[in-house]
Amino acid sequence: MTSVREWFDSGRHAVSERWHNGPRWMRWALIAAVIVFFYALPNREFYQWLGPIPTTGSNFGHVLFTVSIYVLLAVGLNIVVGFAGLLDLGYFGFFAVGAYTVAVFTSPSSDLKTLWPWMLALPLAIALTMLSGVMLGTPTLRLRGDYLAIVTLGFAEMIRVAATSSEFLKGQRGFNQIPHPPGSYPDGKPIFGVLDPRPYYWLVLTLIILVVIGVQNLNRSRVGRAWIAIREDEDAAQLMGVPTFKFKLWAFASGAAIGGLAGALFAGKQNFVSSQNLELLNSIIILAAVILGGSGNIVGAIVGGGLVAYLIERFRGIEFFGIELYEYRFMLFGLVLVVMMIFRPQGLVANRRRAAEFKDRRKEVIVGG
Amino acid sequence: MGETVQKPTVPEQAGPPAAESTAVTREPLLEVDHVTLRFGGVVALNDVNFTLYKGEILGLIGPNGAGKTTCFNAMTGIYQPSEGEIRFRGERITGKKKHQITKMGMARTFQNIRLFPEMTALENIQVGADAHHKTSVISALFRLPRHRREERDGLEKAERLLDFVGISGRMHDAARNLSYGEQRRLEIARALATDPVLLCLDEPAAGFNPAEKEELLQLIRRIRDQGVTVLLIEHDMRLVMGVTDRIVVLEFGKKIAEGLPAEVREDHRVIAAYLGVPDDDVA
Ligand SMILES: Nc1ncnc2c1ncn2[C@@H]1O[C@H](COP(=O)(O)OP(=O)(O)OP(=O)(O)O)[C@@H](O)[C@H]1O
Ligand SMILES: [Mg+2]
Repeated sequence: MTSVREWFDSGRHAVSERWHNGPRWMRWALIAAVIVFFYALPNREFYQWLGPIPTTGSNFGHVLFTVSIYVLLAVGLNIVVGFAGLLDLGYFGFFAVGAYTVAVFTSPSSDLKTLWPWMLALPLAIALTMLSGVMLGTPTLRLRGDYLAIVTLGFAEMIRVAATSSEFLKGQRGFNQIPHPPGSYPDGKPIFGVLDPRPYYWLVLTLIILVVIGVQNLNRSRVGRAWIAIREDEDAAQLMGVPTFKFKLWAFASGAAIGGLAGALFAGKQNFVSSQNLELLNSIIILAAVILGGSGNIVGAIVGGGLVAYLIERFRGIEFFGIELYEYRFMLFGLVLVVMMIFRPQGLVANRRRAAEFKDRRKEVIVGG
Repeated sequence: MGETVQKPTVPEQAGPPAAESTAVTREPLLEVDHVTLRFGGVVALNDVNFTLYKGEILGLIGPNGAGKTTCFNAMTGIYQPSEGEIRFRGERITGKKKHQITKMGMARTFQNIRLFPEMTALENIQVGADAHHKTSVISALFRLPRHRREERDGLEKAERLLDFVGISGRMHDAARNLSYGEQRRLEIARALATDPVLLCLDEPAAGFNPAEKEELLQLIRRIRDQGVTVLLIEHDMRLVMGVTDRIVVLEFGKKIAEGLPAEVREDHRVIAAYLGVPDDDVA
């Protein structure tokens, strides 16, 4: 076991070494290749050569869309948990705010009857999610870690209960006929239709790239440094001049905005939003994905979010000694998590600035100095 | 006792000529005005009263548990005094946020090193340099000119400070991988990056061997020569005597002496406090 791990670690080390010391063009070429691969992935002509990778139980294009939404969510949550070290257990609540905002303003089943196009509701959805992040964060971010976890958990649950029981939010009946994103092919057929999931996936993929560029810009600035400093030692950060509350609120708001974006995209494809989309489990899955991938690391979040969402879908339709694996997906998932935490607590893609949140509680109390 | 301090002289122990040329102006920088601080029943600071003047190196000494660190914590806004107040550059700092006090020009290091362990040495200092930066989140998101300018300035400053404290070679190493002595130096560099008027050092030489202590002494003098006032907590009497212009002595939260190093060294209460005479007749 140890030798396998050593072998694995040394291999990973060599890769990272080559990555960081190799010429710049090589890095860009590799990134470009990965991007091209993922744009090509939903085409049958391409994925039929990929052996067992395409899902068997469900349409691969739809699966890829779901996976991409999870990746977007993981990138957003990584800002909050990974960078700023704020334990947010209700991140999916922001997804819900985004999806429901779109639903309420565009769907004919909404009481508002505004019937906006999707494109008009999108910026509003992002703005409202951001606002809800600020409203949730303002009273709670002054508290220390554990309280925040509980309050965020309560927030997501509150949204779910509101969606289930409020007349305005339509409960399980939900909102239907939510419009799709705009755009049509030269022959007049809409790009974003009902049958072909690929354009939606490509749209999310493109947005992921833009979001990652933005997050990376923040990460390499005063803002990112403030986040990490807060995570590592909040009091020391403040004593070095970091306005900690302000930057925690920004982490929360930017994370929320990305969650809202994901929710709006989901609503735009799904056509239908109801309280059944809102399970507590989703928050946990995304959090687990971020930690699994390597908290505090953008690449880690992408890998974690993608892998978790993909594997859960991959189990669909697979039988193992007569047992439908999909039924046991969360048990297997939990098992993987436990194993990971034992053998590789820093996540799949290890990070130079590994999260100290989980290993170090010293900063909870300031003593002596 | 403070009145006896008319004209601080150079500490008599051999020091570099730099220390001699510094004339201490009598402009108050920090006034600790009859501060009392209680933790439940414990009186950590009891009516402590002293003034720090611009340009000097003031030593704050006292046996374990005397309240030295607590005094730093009260100054930097971690604790609020139960009674009395603290003024910095003529302004009350009671009730101000920690980062605001830092922006006013007070910086500190910690007795138990508190760097950002997963960040590199360079990044640690950049955080300090960011204290005076104004780049907004939007500006950073789109890499606007202000972000680029401040980023360049901060980087330059951080490199200069790494060089100043003598750890340029460790620039890209995570702070937790630095040696103990390097971490202490990095803490000083990080504090200096906030452009302090007053630098508070909490036992910066703890755990150092004599050679390292001597180097640190030189560093503290160089910092003062750059126009930074220094407040130094230190256990090592020889080090304190060698570098400070004046000394304040605390015991059980009370100030028991204040004066020139030579005076303080002769003070029978200080000797008693350090040797434990009053409680211990055996001596
Ligand atoms: N947060 C706190 N809660 C309760 N008591 C405290 C707290 N901080 C300090 N004290 C007490 O205040 C007194 C002074 O402590 P302080 O750390 O300031 O001493 P010090 O002079 O720095 O000692 P040392 O030389 O050991 O660092 C001690 O009795 C300590 O137990
Ligand atoms: Mg102390």
